Amino acid sequence: MIEIKDLHKSYKMGSNSLHVLKGINFSVKEGELVAIMGSSGSGKSTLLNILGMLDELDEGSYTLDGVPIKNLNETKAAQYRNKFLGFVFQSFNLINYKSAMENVALPLYYQKVGRKERQEKALKYLEQVGLKEWATHLPNELSGGQKQRVAIARAMAAEPKVLLADEPTGALDSKTSYEVMDLIQKINDQGNTILLVTHEPDIADMCKRIVHLKDGVIIEDKKVEQVRASQYV
Amino acid sequence: MFNKDRWKEILEVLTSNWFRTVLTAFGVFWGILILIILLAAGKGLENGIKSDFGDIATNTMFMWTRNTTKPYKGLPKGRRFNFKVDDVQSIKDNIPNLRFVSPRNRLGGFGGGNNVVRGINVGAYNVYGDYPEIIKQEPMAITSGRFINYSDIKEKKKIAIIGEGVKTGLYKKEEKVLGTYIKIQGISFLVVGTYKKKSNDGDGEEAQKEIYVPFTAFSQAFNRGDNVGWMAITANDGSSISNLKERIVALVKENRKVHPEDKRAVGNFDLYEQYNRVESLFGAMRFIAYFVGVLVLLSGIIGVSNIMLIVVKERTKEIGIRRALGEDPWSIKLQILMESIFLTIISGMAGITFGALFIYGINKMLDMNGPVDMFVNPSVSLGVVVAALMILIVSGLLAGFIPAQSAIKTKPIDALRAE
Repeated sequence: MIEIKDLHKSYKMGSNSLHVLKGINFSVKEGELVAIMGSSGSGKSTLLNILGMLDELDEGSYTLDGVPIKNLNETKAAQYRNKFLGFVFQSFNLINYKSAMENVALPLYYQKVGRKERQEKALKYLEQVGLKEWATHLPNELSGGQKQRVAIARAMAAEPKVLLADEPTGALDSKTSYEVMDLIQKINDQGNTILLVTHEPDIADMCKRIVHLKDGVIIEDKKVEQVRASQYV
Repeated sequence: MFNKDRWKEILEVLTSNWFRTVLTAFGVFWGILILIILLAAGKGLENGIKSDFGDIATNTMFMWTRNTTKPYKGLPKGRRFNFKVDDVQSIKDNIPNLRFVSPRNRLGGFGGGNNVVRGINVGAYNVYGDYPEIIKQEPMAITSGRFINYSDIKEKKKIAIIGEGVKTGLYKKEEKVLGTYIKIQGISFLVVGTYKKKSNDGDGEEAQKEIYVPFTAFSQAFNRGDNVGWMAITANDGSSISNLKERIVALVKENRKVHPEDKRAVGNFDLYEQYNRVESLFGAMRFIAYFVGVLVLLSGIIGVSNIMLIVVKERTKEIGIRRALGEDPWSIKLQILMESIFLTIISGMAGITFGALFIYGINKMLDMNGPVDMFVNPSVSLGVVVAALMILIVSGLLAGFIPAQSAIKTKPIDALRAE
């Protein structure tokens, strides 16, 4: 599903250049649930941003579902993001003047799906995350865990190839974190490919594979026995 | 573009901060209101001044004789001379594009003694010997009877058309006028018509105290022979009398053996030139109205642009999210542009409507309180309103352009990090 070869990325900070990713080789198969771990500054968010086409790579290659991702203009990148990827952010990033349902329907709107079908699909995904009765509520009427579940529903609404989650539990207490992980595991059980960035070991243990990043290189890549989140809920 | 979701979003954004939206809209509203009112006031002044010209054929010059100031062909300077009846034909034959050439002789005049008698009533009036065309050059309404016609001219009929002012001077109220006789310098004329001139300037009173008689009868009755004292010459609509003036004056100078460079011998008044001067004054006024109005509008537009920039700044993160979810940058740009145009047009329409109501009110007031000197029917034409709308659309585009550009300039990744 994801193929990364010899990926380099550096940032220019005035006259200095900061080499963040120093040759990453990494691939993800369909249906995997991968945790990317590392301390801050290890390059894990940069890697996720490049995977999410929000940032461009300097060197190396990136292939997503057989499509080479390079030299995209903004319009093309937007199309690919919409078609291939779903995003879940640490700070939820819901649009606060739109209801839960409208938020979920947004990616479908950008795919120019008709109004009626959009609403139906949005409701379906809200139901999957257990928030159907909250459909007309605005984000600031929801709790943190509910917001993240709406965000996950939104990420899934466009039926992406890969779900990218950047510290999805970073702003939540442990109980709601486990609820969210339970949801992510269930989505993964349905065969969806998921990458998540975290620095919490217990969250990483709920994935099937852990990739450790340090100073821009992968120092460890191992399969793990998955801990089901449902036992904590 | 006519997409329900997009409009919903535009309304959501604009109504999310009512106070700010209204303040911003006020700038544009005010600008267009000032523009409309300035143009309407200018139009009112223009209508007022133009109504003073009345229905006079403005493409007209008047010409009269004075003493010569240069000797010529053995004739001395200081010589008194007159146009002759032949000159009329000569002008008609030699100068193209003339519509009317009306010769006139005249008796009496401002401050003259009594010259008209009817029974025991006497009065001092201007008496003109004229041709029938004069009514088209100096329009007047015939209130009863008729005006001079060509059979009067041919047969030298001693008839007279008198002004309403003459009528009140010589006749009792309710007394029959048509078919009676008046004596002009001892010679009887049959009154066949009365007239009233439309004029609301200072001469309004005097203009009703005139008596028109056929040119030929006048010449015969008052011993003018073939002399002509004054001429009114009107050019065809396509050509300006100002351009023909030189040639006409030169022609009569040659006919009357006046030195070609004797500038004072033939006096003339070019109505068209005066009219044009007034016209160009109004042109300048319109220009000033547009200039001031558009500048005021511009400051409103800058306000809109400014607020749109702030809105875009506030929504940086939202725009980042939407782009991460895969919205086309062009769609975001269009959204900002439409918000800007929508705000501009709505507030502009409010300004136009309010301006129209204001003008309506002024007109109502003018109607109720009677006419005001030099100010009649202030109004703006549909063309101006359409032009104002065009200006609004263009300015909405301009106002939204920079904010829209800045909205998609930030990379989504940076936009997402914004707080």
